[in-house]
Amino acid sequence: MDFAFFILQFLNGLASASSLFIAACGLSIIFGVTRIVNFAHGSFYMLGAYFAVTLAPRLMESINPFLGFWGGILAAAMIVGLLGVLMEMLLLRRIYHVPELFQLLATFGVVLIVQDLVVLIWGPEDILGPRAPGLKGAVNILDQRFPEYELFLVAAGPLILGAIWLLFRKTRFGVLVRAATEDREMTDALGINQKLLFTGVLFLGASLAGLAGALQIPKEPANGFMDINMIAEAFVVTVIGGMGSVPGAFLAALLIGELQAFGILLFAKSTLVLAFLAMAVVLILRPQGLLGKPAVNTEHSEFASSIPLRPWPRWLVLAWLGAIVVFACLPFVVDSFTLKLAIEVMVFALFAMSLNLLIGLGGVISFGHAAWFGVGAYAAGLLAVHSHSPMLLALAAAPLAAGVAAALVGAFIARLSGVYLAMLTLAAAQLIYAIAFQWTGLTGGDDGLVGAWPDAWAKSRVVYFYLTLALAGGAVFALRHIAYAPFGYVLRAGRDGPARAEAIGINVAAARWVAFTIAGMAAGLAGGLYTFSKGSIDPTVLSIPTSVDVLAMTLLGGVHTVLGPVFGAAALHLLQDFAMPITDHWRLILGGGIIAMVLAFPEGLVGKLRSWFMPAEETP
Amino acid sequence: MSKFLSRRRAILGIFSMSAAVCAVLAGGSMISSVSAADPIKIGELNSYGRFAAFTQPYRNGWQLAVDEINAAGGVNGRMLEVISRDDGAKPGDAVRVAEELVSREKVDVLFGTFLSNVGLAVSDYAAQNKALFLAAEPLSDAITMAKGNRYTFRMRPNTYMQTKMLVEQAKTLGVKRWAIVAPNYAYGQSAAENFKRLIKEAIPDAEIVAEQYPALGKIDAGATVSALAQAKPDGVFNVLFGGDLAKFVREGNVRGLFEKRTVLSLLTGEPEWLSLLKDEAPKGWIVTGYPVNQVEGDGHKMFADAYKAKFNDTPRLGSLLGYVMIQSIKAAVEKAGGTDTEKMVDALKGLEFDTPIGMMTMRGDDHQATMGAWIGKIDVKDGKGVMTDWAYADGKDYMFSAEEVMKTRPQ
Repeated sequence: MDFAFFILQFLNGLASASSLFIAACGLSIIFGVTRIVNFAHGSFYMLGAYFAVTLAPRLMESINPFLGFWGGILAAAMIVGLLGVLMEMLLLRRIYHVPELFQLLATFGVVLIVQDLVVLIWGPEDILGPRAPGLKGAVNILDQRFPEYELFLVAAGPLILGAIWLLFRKTRFGVLVRAATEDREMTDALGINQKLLFTGVLFLGASLAGLAGALQIPKEPANGFMDINMIAEAFVVTVIGGMGSVPGAFLAALLIGELQAFGILLFAKSTLVLAFLAMAVVLILRPQGLLGKPAVNTEHSEFASSIPLRPWPRWLVLAWLGAIVVFACLPFVVDSFTLKLAIEVMVFALFAMSLNLLIGLGGVISFGHAAWFGVGAYAAGLLAVHSHSPMLLALAAAPLAAGVAAALVGAFIARLSGVYLAMLTLAAAQLIYAIAFQWTGLTGGDDGLVGAWPDAWAKSRVVYFYLTLALAGGAVFALRHIAYAPFGYVLRAGRDGPARAEAIGINVAAARWVAFTIAGMAAGLAGGLYTFSKGSIDPTVLSIPTSVDVLAMTLLGGVHTVLGPVFGAAALHLLQDFAMPITDHWRLILGGGIIAMVLAFPEGLVGKLRSWFMPAEETP
Repeated sequence: MSKFLSRRRAILGIFSMSAAVCAVLAGGSMISSVSAADPIKIGELNSYGRFAAFTQPYRNGWQLAVDEINAAGGVNGRMLEVISRDDGAKPGDAVRVAEELVSREKVDVLFGTFLSNVGLAVSDYAAQNKALFLAAEPLSDAITMAKGNRYTFRMRPNTYMQTKMLVEQAKTLGVKRWAIVAPNYAYGQSAAENFKRLIKEAIPDAEIVAEQYPALGKIDAGATVSALAQAKPDGVFNVLFGGDLAKFVREGNVRGLFEKRTVLSLLTGEPEWLSLLKDEAPKGWIVTGYPVNQVEGDGHKMFADAYKAKFNDTPRLGSLLGYVMIQSIKAAVEKAGGTDTEKMVDALKGLEFDTPIGMMTMRGDDHQATMGAWIGKIDVKDGKGVMTDWAYADGKDYMFSAEEVMKTRPQ
């Protein structure tokens, strides 16, 4: 590698680091003050690009190219900032007090809604924006050509860092932001108007995201995938840098930018893995990130419950038996596709139940539960496709592989709690996603694995239905049993009062680790069953939307119910199947539904039913 | 309220709910018998959300053909009814959609798909379930070769055929040092593999000096361009399309990657990708594409005029493809004398059918149609990219040899 090329690649890295930093620092600032992990940050970024490709060409024509272009960029950033304010006032304000998981989910609801709105407003085709007037050419650096616009970007990152530093050091608003990041309750107690402060922070954060998106238009057409592509990277940057730390985000952006610029030369096919691997290494060494502050362990989980778990009354047991009998009769009455739906409902029911073991009983927030589902699915798929193993062997391997993976990851993160733990589970899931996506030789990458069909004896849909009923149903009831077993009591003790649990000799971290492993195994079994029900598997099963789906199912069912997630899975999956063919706006519906659920009944469907059916028994 | 009442209410409630669900499901599953006057149900799936630039004109294309055929009395007296779905641009989603179309909507034939990995997944489903599938746009060779099966056919010229057309152009130029850039999935890998093989056949001392395989939709264009330039190639073989292509062309233009270099590029001359680039379309690239406003012949003129009249827009390559897909299905039903899957499969083997650009054949050996492509150079006129010096390369002259098909395709 000659020197000139080295310098050039370094500059490429700096330019992408700058873009990354501008995109990610808003996320970090918003988290620092509001403690909300704002998934919609990616949507702000995408909206910034869309507003810019709409405004800039028109302004360039009506005013003059230079003013028009930069005016368009700034206007786009301002509009997006105002949308941030709107979101704060309409949504975030109502959910500051709810558990983090609900906040994550609500902002993801916004992501879904914006995705559909963008298609409605701008259409589904990519829109290529104008290039920056005056920065269209290239400069010669050591006989190599380097675009002027990239040089501008290289400078823009540090400039914005400087501007934020001045804002935070020299203005009252900045001082308040820092104070609130440090200690929110104290700031409140001193009589600072929190509402105004939070609204201001959302404006700042959202307009930075909008600016970052708008600055992309000379390089990239505005398109409907900018949000998810960017949010994954922005999370990497904020988590590595330390959540809430702006200089940390800058350092992390530099690290990732350069890693990718040089990584492309050495590992041209594994650039995504590199970023997540870097994140994993940093987090294992410093869980709070490069410049972040260690998490304060809260006294108890936000999912602590005052509702004791009681044995089921006999009528409920009978009702369940009846329901199972009716369900088992399905193959006699319905067609083959409905049977497939029923199989999928059972798979997702098990998946949701496994997550609820963590959230409902353990009080452990997992935001990357798709990881274990996906590992199980891939383990089964790989065995079936590459080594033509018998299906039952592949199905047995699924929970084992997922359990081992979950145990490994769990060993690092079971000690943590709250939002840090959630971010780490997300990081683990993204790392596994990146591996599945880019290890093309083994996993088929984007193409996935095709041809994982059940063995001849289980090929009939009816047989596979009963197989799934036996395996998934058995696992669901095993998970239910855990809730009432001594181990369940240990988990609940750790959830409701970790300090007291430790005092009576319970090793809370160890219990959580075991729960993590069991949940991973159960999710893995669900994944394995899923693979053979579809005949193929691709990285989508490991992606963020899968994690969100299972969370929505669990929360819809109700986290403090024993079998609620089963209902949540059924309700959401059937709704999805019903709504998808008849509407083009499924994401709008799902996103709106998630937000409504978070706002209206966070206790879930079954939680709601229980409070109708057994009010006297359950209220302490 | 007494506990007894509430329990009984609960049990009754749960039982009656389950019973109601069963009743509804059972009612939904009743199938009526098929009579001659019933419409021919055609299931269609494609990436309407993700690759709208190609698939929306494609939808117009098949819609036009369906309307024309139905207005003329249908096929064997039966109307065509297309049930269209988005395939999510993901293999797993697409298989689910295919199954829904086949087992719930009871379609007689499936067609469509855009991405090669999606097409491969649906073709696997088709083979497993003995459903007929006509792949429209997926270009990976595997669909008709290594993973070929009795129930899958493909319309567009595959990566081997299109790459062969391009390499033929490069042969006379004698360019020896090549760089490859391709999206890292079935289509890109298949095209790159073919290029390596074909360029060595054409120019024995050619060498590949750099290869870049960015993930589909996630290219880091600046770093990719400078990594390619670093290897100082004399020619570049490009397989990128859509948003990735736009980013690559911009960075490449500014950084001078394409200056004094021969660029061979798959699909870039298709109006759907060219229009996005506007006046930045890369002049001088040798591409496969569709010079829609210059193509001659009465059949094409009639098609283009009807399309303009109906949609007030010029056709894209997708429009032509969608139109041709329906024409091939019509011909297959006519030849098979009905919609029985096995008979349709047999009818499709060696089927000859008329299209706006002349007669085509669905080759029996490998289930690949003889549709060709236009080869030409990109130029910019009136602020828009166009193809110049173009010629139509008939697909039948570029297909895999019969021996290779025998060797590669599972029997």
